[in-house]
Amino acid sequence: MKSAVLVFPGINRERDMARALRLISGREPAMVWHADTALPAGTDLVVIPGGFSYGDYLRCGAIAARAPIMEAVRKFAQKGGLLLAVCNGFQIACEAGLLPGVLMRNAQLRFICRDVYLRVERSDTPFTRGYNAGQVIRVPVAHGEGNYIADGETIARLEGEGRVVFRYSSPDGMVNPNWNHNGALNAIAGIVNERGNVLGMMPHPENHVEALMGRTDGRGLFAGLVDHFERAA
Amino acid sequence: MTSNEPAITPELVAEHGLTPDEYERIVKLIGREPSFTELGIFSAMWNEHCSYKSSKIHLRTLPTKAPWVIQGPGENAGVIDIGDGLAVVFKMESHNHPSYIEPYQGAATGVGGILRDVFTMGARPIACLNALSFGDPAHPKTRHLVAGVVAGIGGYGNSFGVPTVGGEMRFHRRYDGNCLVNAMAVGIAEKDKIFYSAASGVGMPLVYLGSKTGRDGIHGASMASAEFGADAEEKRPTVQVGDPFSEKLLLEACLEIMAKGCVIAIQDMGAAGLTCSAVEMGAKGDLGVTLDLDKVPCRETGMSGYEMMLSESQERMLMVLKPEKEKAAAAIFRKWGLDFAVIGQTTPNKRFVVSHGGAVMADLPIKELGDQAPVYERPFVETRKLPVIAAASVAPPMSIADALEKLIGSPDLCAKRWVFEQYDHIILGNTVQRPGGDAAVVRVNEGPKALALTADVTPRYCEADAFEGGKQAVAEAYRNLSAVGARPLALTDNLNFGNPERPEIMGQLVGCIRGIGEAARALDFPIVSGNVSLYNETNGRAILPTPTIGGVGLLDDFTKSMTFAFKAEGESILLVGATEGWLGQSLYLRDICGREEGAPPPVDLAAERRNSGFVSTLIRDGLVTAVHDISDGGILVALAEMAMALRIGAVVESSAFIPAHAFWFGEDQARYVVTAKNADAILQRAGDAAVPVLRLGATGGTVLTVAGERPVLLSDLLARFEGWLPAYMAGPGDEQKQVRGGGTQP
Repeated sequence: MKSAVLVFPGINRERDMARALRLISGREPAMVWHADTALPAGTDLVVIPGGFSYGDYLRCGAIAARAPIMEAVRKFAQKGGLLLAVCNGFQIACEAGLLPGVLMRNAQLRFICRDVYLRVERSDTPFTRGYNAGQVIRVPVAHGEGNYIADGETIARLEGEGRVVFRYSSPDGMVNPNWNHNGALNAIAGIVNERGNVLGMMPHPENHVEALMGRTDGRGLFAGLVDHFERAA
Repeated sequence: MTSNEPAITPELVAEHGLTPDEYERIVKLIGREPSFTELGIFSAMWNEHCSYKSSKIHLRTLPTKAPWVIQGPGENAGVIDIGDGLAVVFKMESHNHPSYIEPYQGAATGVGGILRDVFTMGARPIACLNALSFGDPAHPKTRHLVAGVVAGIGGYGNSFGVPTVGGEMRFHRRYDGNCLVNAMAVGIAEKDKIFYSAASGVGMPLVYLGSKTGRDGIHGASMASAEFGADAEEKRPTVQVGDPFSEKLLLEACLEIMAKGCVIAIQDMGAAGLTCSAVEMGAKGDLGVTLDLDKVPCRETGMSGYEMMLSESQERMLMVLKPEKEKAAAAIFRKWGLDFAVIGQTTPNKRFVVSHGGAVMADLPIKELGDQAPVYERPFVETRKLPVIAAASVAPPMSIADALEKLIGSPDLCAKRWVFEQYDHIILGNTVQRPGGDAAVVRVNEGPKALALTADVTPRYCEADAFEGGKQAVAEAYRNLSAVGARPLALTDNLNFGNPERPEIMGQLVGCIRGIGEAARALDFPIVSGNVSLYNETNGRAILPTPTIGGVGLLDDFTKSMTFAFKAEGESILLVGATEGWLGQSLYLRDICGREEGAPPPVDLAAERRNSGFVSTLIRDGLVTAVHDISDGGILVALAEMAMALRIGAVVESSAFIPAHAFWFGEDQARYVVTAKNADAILQRAGDAAVPVLRLGATGGTVLTVAGERPVLLSDLLARFEGWLPAYMAGPGDEQKQVRGGGTQP
């Protein structure tokens, strides 16, 4: 799996993401500067990592969404290329129109860093094939603006088309407000686009890939992607 | 000199914080009256913060050397060797006064400043810690300060991208008018690629990097008379405004420029901005410096030379560049979208010459600006010794179980989750032990080495006995590092005190420094960096003396790091270290009996060293399953924390010869609680090593039971432990609205 990690000024989880990709795919990802206009030839997976691109000034992700590299990313996604957008990446993808909806400030108006539980809603996407549908994984969040919202019609479509792939839940998979730390609508933690090739999610699977962090539940996402490309090859 | 600057009057001198004697010293030194700009430069160089004039002669007594120390105090941060060609760069610094005035920005720029100190030396920051002291929870300002400070620390560190992994937080009415915000940053550098501030070479370009200079942070809040113009626009507050986004860019640009071999010397612009950094770089290199202020990138028009020299705008650096690398360096800075301007050069004549608009604004002897700053041997009185309180003289007002429940839900002992969850403590993916343990543990690069990090002090001990309190702060840091399986290597100190011109405050400072020195020598735990914050008082009432100790230790293998959680049922619980039941200055005496009295527990440094060494070998040899340092609240609070972590209870029994409340809540030093599958092996070793070890009981169940007392449900304890801070912060008032810092940050 050849992956490319986008680097915007103020992005700060690109090293975490690169390490996870290296550990699980066995291949060093290319780091792609925001001012570039093309992705490396033969890129299988594009990743927009977490951080505070442009200091979150204006609106989270709004400035990065208009960076030169994003045109190439848009074309890549249009052709069906896989795009993983995590945390600030999710915000950027929404601002770029690659995914519907927006991420608002957390319901209790504070930044939150803690482990949360995610129910994997389906396992038949390239991003979640490393998990079973209904499985609950534990991964960290670290964000101040992860409260997903969209208009009623969009939410109905997302739910109707099964495009919500991760939901905040209790350790045994129950969805309720006590286990929805940021107040996201329908406890939405991650969604895919219509075609299923763009995933946006707030939690950080890349931070739970080594035993030292206490859990390795994030590995499944990357292992599934590697498996996806190996089978395609 | 220019003629349109204000004339120097005694009032103007006083407004610059200089005494008449100090002004005389200036006139004698330069042989004439200083210009207005020169007066500003002297006031910046000779204030307490930059010159350490009250503390210098005492700080000199501290031990700062060890075979593993690469750089002690005097640079931007201390540097120690951890093998494998790597070095740890770290320091702690206060941002107390600004945080009280404007908690969000004050705390945020405190974090920004200490991060710059670390990456200026060529290190990539890998962790931050902080030590916070707030006033009485009932004080009307406290909740607002807590909310703002915590949000500010998080706001800066989270955006910059460094994990905030640990710290401490306390409440006491003596901080009502002066909260303390001490921030510590730790970075990793290659040992042979450390960058220093001493300039070298004549005619080398002096380069300004980073954000533009504005009028923020200029010291003259009291200077808003005719000199600054009468309109309010220019009466900016003295608190700086932080921009973590710029700092992140500055970090990446600086590390890139260093890696490309462009840099001769580098210094961040912190306190006293351009003045302090330029003078320091020249003076340390035995060189003069000329500055052309017309070249300084400014955020606003019409700034005077005086304002530029004293601005404390954030996220700026000064660098001496290799001339042949100027183009390459400029290209890197342009790539990161940062300002880059050659604003001066080094000269052979040891003069500090500042020109603006074609006129010379200052022409001063550069060495003397720093070296000839006044040094005071201020009079002091030693802290009066307080009587030792006999345990038998303290009547327990409630049962052991009731006292435990009350203490575990008290402001000082309750969980600080509400705080550390606002800090990204996992970014970079190296956090082996997250906040809440004895010390944080952070893997170094890809391992297997890891650093243990802690910040400690017990101000009520320091108030009662400055010398013992100073010793205790160092000993507790040493113990916390040992408890996670690390070898303590070095420390940074952040000395927060009241007005040193009062002999009793000076006595606290001197006593604490002596205690810190004594402990650091006995424990081979040298001081490699530090910061002094004085004048922390309001209406003549000083804070508790608070010499915060930031400790760094090394683990050879992060997978061997030890935690304090009970791991399994049916394990033996052992107490390491001698217990006499010391209640003087304990939290039990204060929070249960309502008495802040007596002498604090004495610190036996030989016992500290022996017991910590003993515990370290138990960890190394895999004989223990959990280790916890005993500090505030004594044995029973330590046991409760161990039990709550994974919700495994315990049954324990007290030694017979000490009153129960003194045994369970006394705060004798040099002690640990450990658990083990095989207690006999440990008792055998303890006998051989002459370390007092006592069997306390065994783990198991869902209650914590002290023999002869009402069993306490862990679920009840947890509810109290986790409950206090969120409930307090959700309390009355509309303080939350002010959290984001008065609209200055988006």
